[in-house]
Order: sequence, then C-alpha cells, then structure tokens
Amino acid sequence: MNPTRKRRLTIVVLVAVAAAVAAGLGVYALQNNMNYLLTPSQVQSGQAASYTTFRLGGMVKAGSIQRSSDSLKVTFTVVDAGGAMPVEYTGILPDLFRDNQSVIATGHMSNARFIATEVLAKHDETYMPKELKDAMAKAHAEKPGIEKAGNRE
Amino acid sequence: MANWIPLWLHRLSSPPTFYRFAGTLQPWAMTLALLLGAIALYGGLVLAPADYQQGDAYRIIFIHVPSAWMSMFIYAVMGVASFIALVWRIKLAEVVAMESAPIGAAFTFITLVTGSLWGKPMWGTWWTWDARLTSELVLLFLFLGVIGLYRAFEDRRQGARAAAFLAIIGIINVPIVHFSVNWWNTLHQGSTVNVFGQSKMSWDMLWPLLTMTLATKFYYAASLFRRARTDLLALEGGKDWVRQIAQDEDAR
Repeated sequence: MNPTRKRRLTIVVLVAVAAAVAAGLGVYALQNNMNYLLTPSQVQSGQAASYTTFRLGGMVKAGSIQRSSDSLKVTFTVVDAGGAMPVEYTGILPDLFRDNQSVIATGHMSNARFIATEVLAKHDETYMPKELKDAMAKAHAEKPGIEKAGNRE
Repeated sequence: MANWIPLWLHRLSSPPTFYRFAGTLQPWAMTLALLLGAIALYGGLVLAPADYQQGDAYRIIFIHVPSAWMSMFIYAVMGVASFIALVWRIKLAEVVAMESAPIGAAFTFITLVTGSLWGKPMWGTWWTWDARLTSELVLLFLFLGVIGLYRAFEDRRQGARAAAFLAIIGIINVPIVHFSVNWWNTLHQGSTVNVFGQSKMSWDMLWPLLTMTLATKFYYAASLFRRARTDLLALEGGKDWVRQIAQDEDAR
C-alpha cells in the first residue's frame, strides 16, 4: 500500500473510530434517561417521583378491566412481576387491549392511581396461525406440568 | 492464495467493464425481483393464515420488515463503498455509494410509513419516540444528508468524497437501529426472525417474508445497476468508450 493511501486509510479509520466512540459515550450517558417506560414495581419503589408525567408499562391483570356504562371511562390494573398499579383512562382503547396484554400508558399519578391520557398496546414478536395457538393452549391445559416447568425458567 | 478474485474485482471496477456487466445483469435482476415479489405478495396476502393475535393486520409485515432490512443493508453497502472510495479513490465505489443513497432513503421511507400504518390499529398510535422508531428516523435523515451533501458541490467527485465521510460516520447508527429493541424498553417488539436460532414465526408466514427479502435485494441490484450506468456515462462523458457507445446508438 502506497503512503498516500496509508495516510487516507489512517484518517478515515480515525474519523470512524472517533464517531463510534462519541456515539457510544453519548448513548451510555443517556442510558439512565432513556427509560421509555417505568413498571408498576419501579413506580412503587419511588422511581417516578421526579416525573410529572411518565409512561407506565406492564400487563393488564386478568379480570381487572371495568368499563363504565355511561361513558368511555375504563379502569384496570397493570401488573409486573413485583407490583400492581390501578389505572384510570377515558377514551378509545386499541384493538389489542384485553386481559393479559402488555400495555404502555402515558399519564400521571393521582391519589395512588395512575390517570392515563393515552393507552398503547404492545404486541410480542411471535406470529402464528390461530389454530396453532389454540392447539398449543389445549396441550398446555391438558398437561399442566409443562406450563409449570416453562414458568420456572 | 487465489489472486483471481482481486484481479477480477480490479477489472470490474473499470467503468466500461462495469457498464457492460451491469447492463447484462440489470434485466435479469429486475425480472427476478418482480417475479419473487409477486410470489411473496401472493403467499403473504392470500396463502398465509391470519395471525392469532393481530388477525389480518399483521400482513403489512411482508412490506415493512423487508424494507427495514433493506434500509440497513443498503446503508451498510453505502458505508463500505464510501470507505473504498475515500481510501482508494476508485470512481466506481463513489458511484455505488452515491447512487445507493436514494434507493436506501426510499426503503427507509417505506419502512416508516408502513410502520406508522401498522402502529395505529395495533399499538393505538401513528408514532412514538421509542428507540427503534427514532433511530430509524435518524437513518432516513442520514440518507437525505448524504444525498444533500453530494449535490451541494459543483464538482461531483469532490461532493462524493465529502458525502462519503458523512456516510462512514453515520454507519454507527446501523447497529443502534438493529439492537435498539434489546438495549432499551421500547414499544416496538423484538426481532422475530433470527439467523442464529429459532425464528418466532410459523413457516407458512415466514416463507413469503423471506421471499420478499430476496425480491427487495434483487430490486436494489437492478435499480443500482441502472443508476450507476447512467452516472458512469455522465462522469466519463469525454472518454473514448462513452463516445463509442454514443456513435453506436447514433448508427442504429
């Protein structure tokens, strides 16, 4: 490799490495502030104290959804592994909103309740036909041992 | 070591050779792209079953995901070509890098639009500032920045070198786009298709997706070949081989 190319190679590599380091440090510095959401247990341990509004993420507790009969008001409980949070929302919910669905709600705390202004449903990365899902659910129901073993992991 | 590969690459990088080579392959790549694209669309929209959770709405995945992969793939190609262009000053590498940018920008735009259309019914919002969506938007701005910088110079080769620097600096965003769903809590779900390990999609949905991925690759090749050929003719306007082509066209 001739000296001119070597010099150019050095400059290009140095610029690329400098950019990568700068981006890496930037991302690292932002890491703590880049929480897109807080879980109910994080909120209960006081991590939401510094926010007026924040996003709450977790699963809708089965059977906790209660719809008002005369308005669009809905109350439900969002749970994660170690906490639960009652949520109040008035408005139209996404199609995927239902029991045991992951949701992300934006809003604020008021009297130990989370008052949501927006509720988004999160879906997972698994895609399969309905028949297959039903068959799997049936297999799980018939052999409860499998599900238990799966949950322990 | 077999040295016919570098030799062949060296010969291919000469503009007249590449002009002929790309001219021969271009129609084949386009035919394959259209054929595979049609098969994938039929497989995805008609043959594949509805999803257990999202019903028929998930079918936009057959456009969204291949486009997203292409947006990153084309950026990577542009980055490598820019590197070669800066260090070795090979004209063809400059052409490949600069002509990839508009195609990549188009795929990124399609990714963002289809993602938005998918997000509204499923998530409940057109847009949210989570790490995956934001970094993909940054990717679009990087593509547009490369195009803009390239066009800002009167001398095209000078413009190409300046834009190549931007392309190399921006390449750091490609792994950020890919790993954003693992590094941060995002509304966007994680990866479905894994090269190493089990994919989380049943096979009758997966094959149309992979076919569409191939189709988009061929479309990129066809589009790049055509753009590069035009660009080479313009760049080498005064050269004998271009004059020869012009005379042959005239004689016809």
